[in-house]
This record gives sequence, structure tokens and C-alpha cells, in this order.
Amino acid sequence: MFVRLSAAIAALSLLGGAALAQGAKPTDPQIAHIAYTAGVIDIAAAKQAITKASNKDVKAFAEGMVRDHEAVNKQALDLVKKLKVTPEDNDTSKTLSKQAADKLAELAKLKGTEYDKAYVANEVAYHKAVNGALETLLIPSASNDELKSLLQTGLKLFQGHQQHAEHVAAGLK
Amino acid sequence: MLPRRTFLIVTALIAGAIAVPAHAATIQIVMDDLVVSPAQATAKVGDTIEWINKDIFAHTATARNGDFDVAMPPKKTVTSVLKKAGTVEYYCRFHPNMKAVLTIAP
Repeated sequence: MFVRLSAAIAALSLLGGAALAQGAKPTDPQIAHIAYTAGVIDIAAAKQAITKASNKDVKAFAEGMVRDHEAVNKQALDLVKKLKVTPEDNDTSKTLSKQAADKLAELAKLKGTEYDKAYVANEVAYHKAVNGALETLLIPSASNDELKSLLQTGLKLFQGHQQHAEHVAAGLK
Repeated sequence: MLPRRTFLIVTALIAGAIAVPAHAATIQIVMDDLVVSPAQATAKVGDTIEWINKDIFAHTATARNGDFDVAMPPKKTVTSVLKKAGTVEYYCRFHPNMKAVLTIAP
């Protein structure tokens, strides 16, 4: 089995479960930090894929991830600057980063088609988890309208990424 | 008063400038929040399409039949002139959910 439940996904589920159970909604500065971190993680994974992937569709997908996630994150930085909000580090962001680093190290050991499949499978699962967190927690919790709107655009974009990744994955069989 | 010959040349230049694009139209197609609008547009060969990308993402208008492939950088407008008639389905290569149809009359 090359697909394991990524640790990052576990963190996002934790965010949806435990944090909600306690009734503690993330604040806007925390939401901004989590969303930005989630983008940084996907960019890092994509940059690794650009150097390691052997399939051209996988490579093109990874290039798209860098392009789109960098655009969203730039917009997020511009927005927090405009709103004079300082993104606030938090346990969810920390867990996400730590576990994404582990995943990156795990993928680094793979080669060829094995790597391509594992990267794309993780992209499907990761976008699914991020989209779930956006839909059920981050968007409903955001209080600033502009932040909410950016997250909604992000959700629409990432749903497209998930479908795109599923399409690429199907082509690798 | 301009000399008569200069006046004639100027008049001829203005008339020429107006005459050339008289029958060609400019049609705007907008990419906004990952949606192409209008989803169905009609135009004629020789018309100019103004592709307006309001998004922070790069998009393309890529014809499935290969007739055109227009790249739109984020927040930029690019133009292209239609050269071939037909009903063309096109999409964004980067965001394949963005789809639309352009019907080009001869």
C-alpha cells in the first residue's frame, strides 16, 4: 500500500474534531496562519515533485500547484497586511508543518512511477482534507468578509485541484 | 488654414483609418472567480476577443480542436483576432473545470 493516511490529514481532522468539540473556533489570525501554512506545504511538495516526477502530467500538475498556491498565498499576505492582522501561529499549523515535513522525507525516498503515484495520491488526500477543513471549520469561523471570500475562492480552486489530481492519478494506473 | 494638398492627405488618412476596422467587432470574455462568462458567445471571423482575466490566477483559453490557445496572466487582458469559423469548445488548461463555447460565423 503506497497510500497511507497522511499525518497532515490527521492534523486537519483533529482540527475539525477536537477543536470543534471544545467549542473553540479558530480566530481570524489563526485561520490566516493555518490557510497560509497549508499552501506552503503544498508548494513544498510540488517543488519536490517538479524535480523528482518522471511522468509529464504529474510534473505539469505540480507546476500548477506552485503557480496557484503561490498566487493565493500572496493574496493572503496582501490581505492580512491590509487588515493589519498578524497571522498567529497555533497548534494546528505546527502539527501540519511537522507532519508535512515527515511526508516530504518519506516521498523523497521513492523513485520513478512509485514516487509519481505516491505524490499524486497524497495530493488527492491532502486537498480533500484541506477542502473539508475549509468547508466545515475555517470558512464558517472566519469573521472578516474579505478573509471569508478569499477562503471561498481557495475552496473552489482546491476542489478543482482535487479533481485534477484524481484525473492524473487515474492516468497513472 | 492648412494648404489644400495637406488637407486632402489628412482627410484621406482619416477615411482610410476608419474604413478598415468598420465591420469587425470587439467581444469581451471575462474570467472571474474561476468562471468563464459568457459561457456561450458568438462572433465572426475577423472579430477581436478581449480576454479579461480578473483572477489572481493564470488562465488559458484553449480550444479543444486546436484552433487557438490564449494565455492570460493574472489580472491582465489580452486580445486575439478570430481567424477560423466554427463552434469551438474551449477550456482553461490549468483549471479544466473552466469551460465555454465560442461560435464563430464565417
